Amino acid sequence: MAPRTLFDKIWDHHVVETLPDGTSILYIDRHLVHEVTSPQAFEGLRLAGRRLRHPEKTVAVVDHNVPTSDRSQPIEEEDSRNQIETLERNVKEFGVPYFPLLSSSQGIVHVVGPEQGISLPGMTIVCGDSHTSTHGAMGSLAFGIGTSEVEHVMATQTILQRPARNMRVTVEGTPGNGVSAKDIMLAIIGHIGTAGGTGHVIEFAGSAIRGLDMAGRMTICNMSIEAGARAGMVAPDDVTFEYVRNRPFAPKGDDFDKAVAYWRTLASDEGAHFDKEITLRAEDIAPSLTWGTSPETVVSITGTVPDPEQETDEAVKVQRRRMLEYMGLEAGQTIAGVPVDVVFIGSCTNSRIEDLRAVAHVAAGRKVAEGVRAMIVPGSGLVKQQAEQEGLDKIFLDAGFEWREAGCSMCLGMNPDRLTPQQRCASTSNRNFEGRQGPAGRTHLLSPAMAAAAAVTGCLTDVRELI
Amino acid sequence: MEKFTSLSAVAAALPEANIDTDKIIPARFLKTTKRTGLGKHAFDSMRYHPDGTENPDFVLNQLPWRHAEILITHDNLGCGSSREHAPWALLDFGIRCVIAPSFADIFFNNCFKNGILPICLPRELCDALMEDARMGSNARLTVDLPRQVVIRPDGKEIPFEIDPFRKHMLIEGLDDIGQTLLHEKRIDTYEEQVAHDRPWVPTISID
Repeated sequence: MAPRTLFDKIWDHHVVETLPDGTSILYIDRHLVHEVTSPQAFEGLRLAGRRLRHPEKTVAVVDHNVPTSDRSQPIEEEDSRNQIETLERNVKEFGVPYFPLLSSSQGIVHVVGPEQGISLPGMTIVCGDSHTSTHGAMGSLAFGIGTSEVEHVMATQTILQRPARNMRVTVEGTPGNGVSAKDIMLAIIGHIGTAGGTGHVIEFAGSAIRGLDMAGRMTICNMSIEAGARAGMVAPDDVTFEYVRNRPFAPKGDDFDKAVAYWRTLASDEGAHFDKEITLRAEDIAPSLTWGTSPETVVSITGTVPDPEQETDEAVKVQRRRMLEYMGLEAGQTIAGVPVDVVFIGSCTNSRIEDLRAVAHVAAGRKVAEGVRAMIVPGSGLVKQQAEQEGLDKIFLDAGFEWREAGCSMCLGMNPDRLTPQQRCASTSNRNFEGRQGPAGRTHLLSPAMAAAAAVTGCLTDVRELI
Repeated sequence: MEKFTSLSAVAAALPEANIDTDKIIPARFLKTTKRTGLGKHAFDSMRYHPDGTENPDFVLNQLPWRHAEILITHDNLGCGSSREHAPWALLDFGIRCVIAPSFADIFFNNCFKNGILPICLPRELCDALMEDARMGSNARLTVDLPRQVVIRPDGKEIPFEIDPFRKHMLIEGLDDIGQTLLHEKRIDTYEEQVAHDRPWVPTISID
């Protein structure tokens, strides 16, 4: 057999049937469900009188709408409450396993999946959410789907797909002090652009990727979609297997050993073909952030805001001018030193315990700058518990951070956590689109350590000056 | 799903690249449990001023483009969030066909599931169609799916590519699920095989 990539192997293992025109019916091992993109799918099943084929391969959680403040009170926003209650009725009716709001296991679906051992290497995993790419860090094929496809998976446990093209992004070397997985991924997106991965699945490889812990790999795969890719993946290795071992829903004992033996066969073969290849040096990457309203508008913290007039494409020039106006920045301005109003630490990109430790490392013994609102929203109830066991909550509260309950929160502002117009936010989330964190809000994407640095200095700051 | 065969309609030009699905429908409007009713919020931040009044400079607020059924943009249309609310909002507004030099993958798929035809054409042809679109209601574009051509107001035809399976599904207005369930026996067989090959794959149950 010809050498195959990690993607090719998982694909081949899940093809139920290939139709004459080349479309495949692809089997789905895990279907993750949340309250925003599922109600119309459940309704579709009901209207057609169809069953949900495999509730035991499906897991539901509430995350997008949930309040991150005191949960002993009823949810104030009626439409949010309705969406959550609708999910609760649906999971009951169709027998879907569910982590309810008040469970310590509740959290952001892309944090909960790996944390619980629900997402495993070699699996096909889908969810009605583009950041499903996160789970590719496990060495799985994981991608976001629309609600019609959610209904399709519910009814058939399969999805109709054509194989994606293979792309490999290799990052070699050792990242410098203060450079995290987030900086590496921002550098990649800045390099290839928001459509650089369109039509492809990206395998992340190289010593800098291998050297990341699972949280770092999840940050990288999470933002594959910001590079336009359908999915991101990292070949499963001993770091993966040690992470998976003893997770609540992972195979145990003899089954675990058999699983590992299988997972070890999945890495891309020597000589496997990639349609597109990019290589970066970790040493060339500085702590980075975005200046504009597209994730590809990346600049090093030592850099300046680029000048739209330098763009050759007229349409790009117009769009860049608009970005500067929206962001309240000027061409040529030094990015370090720009004052921030809000710091948001959270989201499926950066809300894991490792991220919170990086924040605590910067925040310890310091205070949130006057006039800055700094929120920390852990990715799950279990992340929150772990942080509290390690005493991180005390560091955060002493420094003046808000220490909140788990959910998607200000990444997209479906709950009350929103920016007000023109507020500038240093955010560990994944999208800086216009209005993403609240109408007319201004978002700078950056790493947890950089967000912490912004919180304690009150402006965009090179974290290397603080550690 | 409504069938798509041929469409002769006003087209609106939105000459921007990377129009993300947050821009097509912001997250605060995703709290619905229905597929319909989102049209009034399509392109909310571009269509309305912060006080809720219409922005008269935005093309979809101007006649005849308020009644546009075709939308033409630049590269990477529909990037970002997987929300199917984006095509739902377009459809509810009245858009049945989107034309761009390139599309984000998930949005492209989601269009087909809702009877919206996404057509990929080179940038210079999109720019030419935008020029046609700016002539308004005197210059309707015709999209003929069976023949796979866009017909310009002067009668010139621009051929486009489409996956044959998807073309068939659109023309017949077919439901994917019904089609896949025709292969249910194959799915059963696959499941039996995997249960044998990888018996350690756990199932989920939460008390």
